Amino acid sequence: MAEIILDARAFQDAIRAISTKIFGDNRNISDFAVVGIQSKGVFLAKRIISEIAKLANVKESEILFGTLDITLHRDDLDDFESDMPIIKDTVMPFDLNRKSIILIDDVLYTGRTVRAALDVLTDFGRPKSIQLAVLVDRGFRELPIEAKYVGVKYESKKFIKVDCKEADGEDKVLVS
Amino acid sequence: MRLQIKNIRIVDPSQNKDAVGDIFIEDGKIVSKFSGDGKFKIIDGSGKIAAPGLIDVHAHLREPGQEGKETIYTGTRSAAKGGITTVLCMPNTKPPIDNAPTVEFIIFKAQKEGVVNVFPIGCATRGSLGVELSEIGVLKKAGIVAVSDDGLPIMSSQIMRRTLEYTKMFKIPVISHSEDKELSKNGSMNEGKNSMILGIRGMPKQAEEVAISRDIMLAELTGGYLHLAHLSTEGSVDLVRQAKKKGVKITAETCPHYFTLTDDIVKVYDANTKMNPPLREERDVEAIKKGLADGTIDCIATDHAPHTQEEKNREFDLAPFGIIGFETMLSLVLNELVDKRVLSLSEAVAKMALNPAKIFNLESRGSLKEGSVADITIIDAKYSYEFTKESIFSKSKNSPFIGRKFKGGAVMTIVGGDIVWQK
Amino acid sequence: MSLNCKDLLGLEHLDKKDLQTILDAVKPFKSLFTRSVKKAPTLIGKTVVTLFYEPSTRTRNSFEIAAKRLSADVVNVAVSASSVVKGESLIDTGKTLEAMKADYIIIRHSLAGAPDILARNLNASIINAGDGFHEHPTQGLLDLYTMYEKKKKIEGLKVLLVGDIAHSRVAKSNIWALAKMGAEVAVSGPPTLIPENIKDLGVKIYYDLDEAVKKADVVNILRIQLERQQENLFPSVREYVELYQLTKERLGKAKAGVLIMHPGPMNRGIEISSEVADSPNAVINEQVTNGIAVRMAVLYLLKKRKNASSN
Repeated sequence: MAEIILDARAFQDAIRAISTKIFGDNRNISDFAVVGIQSKGVFLAKRIISEIAKLANVKESEILFGTLDITLHRDDLDDFESDMPIIKDTVMPFDLNRKSIILIDDVLYTGRTVRAALDVLTDFGRPKSIQLAVLVDRGFRELPIEAKYVGVKYESKKFIKVDCKEADGEDKVLVS
Repeated sequence: MRLQIKNIRIVDPSQNKDAVGDIFIEDGKIVSKFSGDGKFKIIDGSGKIAAPGLIDVHAHLREPGQEGKETIYTGTRSAAKGGITTVLCMPNTKPPIDNAPTVEFIIFKAQKEGVVNVFPIGCATRGSLGVELSEIGVLKKAGIVAVSDDGLPIMSSQIMRRTLEYTKMFKIPVISHSEDKELSKNGSMNEGKNSMILGIRGMPKQAEEVAISRDIMLAELTGGYLHLAHLSTEGSVDLVRQAKKKGVKITAETCPHYFTLTDDIVKVYDANTKMNPPLREERDVEAIKKGLADGTIDCIATDHAPHTQEEKNREFDLAPFGIIGFETMLSLVLNELVDKRVLSLSEAVAKMALNPAKIFNLESRGSLKEGSVADITIIDAKYSYEFTKESIFSKSKNSPFIGRKFKGGAVMTIVGGDIVWQK
Repeated sequence: MSLNCKDLLGLEHLDKKDLQTILDAVKPFKSLFTRSVKKAPTLIGKTVVTLFYEPSTRTRNSFEIAAKRLSADVVNVAVSASSVVKGESLIDTGKTLEAMKADYIIIRHSLAGAPDILARNLNASIINAGDGFHEHPTQGLLDLYTMYEKKKKIEGLKVLLVGDIAHSRVAKSNIWALAKMGAEVAVSGPPTLIPENIKDLGVKIYYDLDEAVKKADVVNILRIQLERQQENLFPSVREYVELYQLTKERLGKAKAGVLIMHPGPMNRGIEISSEVADSPNAVINEQVTNGIAVRMAVLYLLKKRKNASSN
């Protein structure tokens, strides 16, 4: 049986809280970029941009936005005999050098996805800093990686699924 | 040794016979009854078929010179397992059979180490180079039964004419592997859709047919005796049919693969599907069957051509032509021709025994008449087996039929009254 | 996304779904080229061997760059043509490379079917980089991708191949890929260089290039091997140029947006005029760039063996 951790309202509240904290630490919108990890992180990144835009009173398009796919940098590709993971777009339409990167993912668990994402980011240049924001922190890290911004902590070895309006019709976080 | 085979279905086209009876063998000959008393061995033949020993008029035994591929010892055992009691071996040995000592060597070796009869075929031209005639008279005296340059066909029409003319006095056939080598140059398979897709240079059917046309015309010109080897195309069958109708003195053979397989099986670049002439197309397979049925094609031969695994398991173009055939001919004839009602059993036996004996003047063979040499092939039509690589007696294993399941085959082979092989 | 095969021997064996999978996979690899670090650790620790029995710098370099951009270790083995006939057998060479733990063997050979023979005898993934007159599947794929990238679709596209179809592995791979994806393929060249039964693959034949060029959305010009003249397949280079060179005048008869492609290396002034090769319609350099991305996608997609480097 699936248990709901965050319903639509709590989901939106979490996004808003994360966005507020990010904006609190990063006041100058030309100094940072929001980069979503494919695929759910991309939707969350757009939401966060929209919240920050409201807080900063700027247009969403004024906030730098990128998408990042970690497939080619995964450390477990050898486990796939066939049916390789689909590679999604990595688009960085800005110069990363000397920018703070706010990296967005839906769930933080082992830390391996973030490890790969850090490698991808540094392939594009040398950012000033990289800050991690996640909607859910599941615990059980396998690598020394922590998020600066966390929507909700829910320590669990069970699978956590993040649904969002854009892809799944409604916002919710489920544990099954 | 005396032998009585009891209650066996005797299929002997030389007597138009297909009836159950007994066969008596004494002193290596077939007799109507044993002379006097004394011990004799009895074989129960019930449910089985006795045919005159099969004669393969086209084979390569590789000895002398290429004993890595086959020897007379292994080759004749392979033949015996396939129910073949007589093998005519082609002269492309090293040295080639263009001299009397080589003929004598093969005959001596076959008597000493072989288990079936071996009759050599001599080179038509010295070294099969197509330049000057071999000493065919000397070779005949040494024991050859035909001449041929086989895979190195005589390209000069003049020399082919002389060969056909000169051999007339010896009453032996000239076997022609008819191929225009210019048209088939660098080819490794049949020219057609499959060669185009595979990117292998093709050998057009016309390379065979152009040469057959020429050879027929030269046979007509000279009155020489032409035997056409391994017909593989529809056009070749048509040419032979017309020539025979016209009364030209020619005979023709085909091989089991030409009425069984098409070039579709070349698809995986397996050199065990590479032979010359190459596997053709469905319409050719049908035409070959028709040619067998209407008598255009007189005999079925194996073109047994052993090659080692190293030679065959490589780039298709670089692998040599040829497949082994002794151990599959009879089963293929039974399954593809007799079971499919292309030929009656008696007609099939005629093409593998009676007709070869007649064409190559092999006296007292190809028949189960009283007085004939007791070369007998015992067939079990219900013998089901899979042709596996491990079961092959030949020194080489280059067969496209490995893995094929057969119903019917030889279960005992008798040569000169001796049982040389039994299942 | 998957290709359910360990080897890429020819496009004949792929279906429309496989081809679409490859087309869909190319873009992310191509996007790597715009980064300051143009590589990813995807194939780190894997060994890619290029085994070339024919001289070819283009294709070999392209594969080498593709493999290196995926962080594989690349070993280039060049074998002289003479040792095809004498010396070590193909299978033994392959087995030696496998004993050195090659995960991928990329083979170019002058004889058709050589990659098939390696694939049958080895566990490593075999990629055909051109075998005799048979196929050159990655060239076919990069041509397909270039058309797809520029024209956005393959279905209904009218593609004309010009030149020596009979002896061209590039033509064969193009025809398989394009026909499976629903393009209309035509060929133009002298009858001695076009096998009649190419029609069985759904291809139209034009002996008159001026006629053929009018309808085409894409013209892919093949390199003419000058030794074909010695085989009497055409009487002289002069006459070939006269009849089959893609000139500015002939280009003028084609549709305005026609794509001009050439697998290279070009014989400028023989099968293609310099003006056409350098015209805005030509996408010959894009083909080269796409070739690397396509080869990366193929290396990524091929089915791997379990514990590839441990046995």
